[in-house]
Amino acid sequence: MSINWYKYASPASFYFLAGKMIPYFSIVAVILLLVGLYIGFFVAPTDFQQGEAYRIIFIHVPAAWMSMFLYLVMAFWSGIGLAFNTRLSSMVATAIAPTGAMFTFIALWTGAWWGKPMWGAWWVWDARLTSELILLFLYIGFMSLQAAIDDPRRADRAGAIIALVGVVNIPIIYFSVQWWNTLHQGASVSVTQSPKMAASMLAGMLIMAFAAWMYSIAMILMRTRAIILERERHTAWVAELKGVTGVTR
Amino acid sequence: MPPQRRINYTFLNMLIWIIRRDLLLAMRRQADVLTTLFFFIIVVSLFPLGVGPEMNTLRIMAPGVVWVAALLASMLSLGRIFSTDYLDGTLEQILLSPTSLSLLVLGKMFSHWLVTGVPLVLMAPVLGIQYDLPANALFVLTLSLLLGTPILSLIGAIGAALTLGLRGGGVLVSLLVLPLYIPVLIFGAGAVEASIAGLGFEAHFSLLGAFLLVSLVFAPWTTAASLRISVG
Repeated sequence: MSINWYKYASPASFYFLAGKMIPYFSIVAVILLLVGLYIGFFVAPTDFQQGEAYRIIFIHVPAAWMSMFLYLVMAFWSGIGLAFNTRLSSMVATAIAPTGAMFTFIALWTGAWWGKPMWGAWWVWDARLTSELILLFLYIGFMSLQAAIDDPRRADRAGAIIALVGVVNIPIIYFSVQWWNTLHQGASVSVTQSPKMAASMLAGMLIMAFAAWMYSIAMILMRTRAIILERERHTAWVAELKGVTGVTR
Repeated sequence: MPPQRRINYTFLNMLIWIIRRDLLLAMRRQADVLTTLFFFIIVVSLFPLGVGPEMNTLRIMAPGVVWVAALLASMLSLGRIFSTDYLDGTLEQILLSPTSLSLLVLGKMFSHWLVTGVPLVLMAPVLGIQYDLPANALFVLTLSLLLGTPILSLIGAIGAALTLGLRGGGVLVSLLVLPLYIPVLIFGAGAVEASIAGLGFEAHFSLLGAFLLVSLVFAPWTTAASLRISVG
């Protein structure tokens, strides 16, 4: 079986494909979320050191993973869009940014909630926290650059460049922050050495990570569809769509 | 056919031409250059007023304060790299020129550094004295700025090119560029702190040098691509 991938590089056909895919991803996301939260709250044992407060891990860690992963995906599609001049890739990149920024924010916020009972501080200048904060800045820079440009094609390409520059810089920033941190506070709290985790904790976390992943896909597809409609509103097929569904502006 | 004057458009000639041109333009508008320098001085001088004149505190803060002020000063002057050329149409001619755009951009970056970076480097020891830094640390501070400020011009030019002609470009460029400046800040200020603590600062300088080389290779190319997106 061979699939004509190029067919779905056209926004018009992708619009309908995405429309068919969104329900599946949404349902899977909700199921995984419910299962993950159930395991997280009722199955996973209480941590002998951290008590019940550790349970925020089920939100915090998946959010942190997704925040980093989504930046890479965004940069990937930006790069594809820039290299092959495919409009859809750039639209997907634009659609990823808000979800990525949201997960970054959740990771920081839940991190603060976790930090307060564990370390006694809402915020410490730990290498991971600092890098995550800088990642949020990178997302915001990408979004505000695209928002400031009226011409969508220029916005796509300018955003792609800043996303790619950011992705080259992420390892540099990460290692500089880590070194800076070890230079300044050697005896601080270590986030890196997590105690051995019970299997059910790990399972809960992984399921929640998959839930976050499916949620992101559904959300990004929805946003891509909205972007496609907005950009293609002058085309015949969108006009036809309006006629079919009876939607008027 | 009239005899044509043969102009030698070699790479080096073009590079020298664009640097001379930008320096000449900067000299015609000296106020702009001085504004950046005085911004740097004022920001550094504000910190003692904010945190108090306790010399022991100031000595600890000095490297970070001077470096952050240098970052801000360099960032604020980024708009000047391309915007006047963009407004009067020169930039379009530069884009049309047969010479490699990356090379011309490199020349513009270099003259930006000469006009904004070098004054900061020269002023830094004086400001360090205000913060009672020992002589050795003053020397390291100046050297670290000498190595670090070119990186600021190089990376900053990418942001300047991307935000060319946009409304609110000045604030936007800070969002784009400041996160990318972080490694330079860490190792620039870190070198001075290490030398105050009596540790070696060579590792910091090696890393700054590495950043300089990497950005020297990639930044002109990226900036050229950004210019083509913004103007083309």
